Amino acid sequence: MSALELRGISKNFGAIQALTAVDLEVERGQAVGLMGDNGAGKSTLMKIIAGNFPPNEGSIALDGDEKHFAKPVDARREGIEIVYQDLALCDNLSAAANVFLGREKKKRLGPIRYLDYASMYERAAELFAELKSETRPRDLVRQMSGGQRQAVAIARTRLSDPKIVLMDEPTAAISVRQVAEVLDLIHRLKETQHAVILVSHRMPDVFEVCDRVAVLRRGRKVADKAIAQTSPEEVTGLITGAIEQA
Amino acid sequence: MTTSSEVSHAKIDDSVTAKREMGPLQAMMHTQPFWVFIAILAIGIVMTLVSDVFFTERNLFNITRNFAFFGIMALGMSAVITTAGIDLSVGSLMGLTGIAAGLVMQAGYGIGFGFVACMGTAMIVGLINGCLIAYLRMAPFVVTLGMLAMARSIAMVLSNNKMIYEFGPDQELFEWIGGESVLGVPNPVWVLIILTAVFWWAYRYSTWGRWVFAVGGNQNAAKLAGIPVERVIVSVYVISSLCAGLAAFLMVGWFGSVTNALGLTYELNVIAATVIGGANLMGGVAYALGAPIGAALMELIRNSLLLAGIDALWQQFFVGLFLILAVLLEQIRNRGRS
Repeated sequence: MSALELRGISKNFGAIQALTAVDLEVERGQAVGLMGDNGAGKSTLMKIIAGNFPPNEGSIALDGDEKHFAKPVDARREGIEIVYQDLALCDNLSAAANVFLGREKKKRLGPIRYLDYASMYERAAELFAELKSETRPRDLVRQMSGGQRQAVAIARTRLSDPKIVLMDEPTAAISVRQVAEVLDLIHRLKETQHAVILVSHRMPDVFEVCDRVAVLRRGRKVADKAIAQTSPEEVTGLITGAIEQA
Repeated sequence: MTTSSEVSHAKIDDSVTAKREMGPLQAMMHTQPFWVFIAILAIGIVMTLVSDVFFTERNLFNITRNFAFFGIMALGMSAVITTAGIDLSVGSLMGLTGIAAGLVMQAGYGIGFGFVACMGTAMIVGLINGCLIAYLRMAPFVVTLGMLAMARSIAMVLSNNKMIYEFGPDQELFEWIGGESVLGVPNPVWVLIILTAVFWWAYRYSTWGRWVFAVGGNQNAAKLAGIPVERVIVSVYVISSLCAGLAAFLMVGWFGSVTNALGLTYELNVIAATVIGGANLMGGVAYALGAPIGAALMELIRNSLLLAGIDALWQQFFVGLFLILAVLLEQIRNRGRS
């Protein structure tokens, strides 16, 4: 049974048809690369899975059970974590505060509950260490580099133990060394039986960590192949439309 | 080569993660309230040298009591401004809540009823402001500007444009709360001190405070993180209104009378105090300590001009000047950082 199964997903924004009858499956322990040119519908598809908005048609099933998400929190409750392309961070808060945003750890003193800074800093530091990122939990996100900000956004998905991790361009704005760390993390997620969907423009990244690659063009899925049975050249052709379908 | 790079990359432990960009003292020096506080001390020292009257118990008592009312309202305003909002209705609301309390007590009810009428009115107005802004997504400026006009008008209608100076059976207690002092400190100042401590704690240690700052920093991110953004926004307008109601309750007790003109144009002073205290109108930045410090600076300017024998007509000029300087300072510091 697939961890995530999308059937016939269509989405239009007014006159713009963003997605047309897209099917996609991801197994546990598998990573699927989702590729396509700008405006192909990758981010829209990710946002539908993450519960930002519902599809006009089609269904989402997790482990075979059909789900409906009214808002992102519903998806998160079902074990779907997402790293947004714009990272969705609060610049005025510390790294640890961003990691724990919306699910702050609290201590209790009689009837009063207050934020447990010590344990949030500690846990955030552990998560950053796992990511091998020199991100300091107490620093404001405003002062951080692209890589550190990425680490904060990724660390947030590790807070719970999600079933499915969606990553929208996680390697777009970070250093070469950190790209390797993020890809390592994806490998580790696969080993621990997570399902991963990776949206990326970077062909080498997709070919290194993904088991399958799905290509979207103008809102339609034009290919869904095992990595072993395709090549960067073919995928490029599918993205641009030089190859119609595969 | 490999060994050295391994050392530099692999050694990420507590020695790295516990570090901050700045030490606590440095961090404090980067905040606006700190510099405004320095300015207050400087003005204080100059005035002590220039005027014999300034550093007397009587004068300091007056200064602290006068800014307490603005400080209380500035605390509420700081929460609103943190969410990138604005509340222009606090001055009018003082008039409305003051009249509401006055009418209830004039009718012979006790101080408890008067207080409930005052705060209840404030809460209703805050809820209306908050709901229009959070759920109908109207601009805070427009909603609270409309409320500024409506609240003042209702205060005029309710009071029938008459002054209220009889406050029923608990008149003495009512006037004591607003006008007297405990341990040499005026009661409104005690209220300000306690409220500042509460706000400081809430901004730093409560989930609510964390969420208020998150909403101000990036409303979209806060929403995606599952924070009930709408309810947070309603809460800050209710709190701002309640602070205005409380200030009105104390002020009416101090004056011993209330007219529907209570709090006229105070919204400007409150917003100025909040901004001078380091709150950023773009949202995401505010300090609990900044509210009383900003209010203190403004009262200090007023008092100093008075003692220096400068025409009182200059007061608003200097308040405005310091407001602009405060924002300018903030801009310059931000430019240096980025």
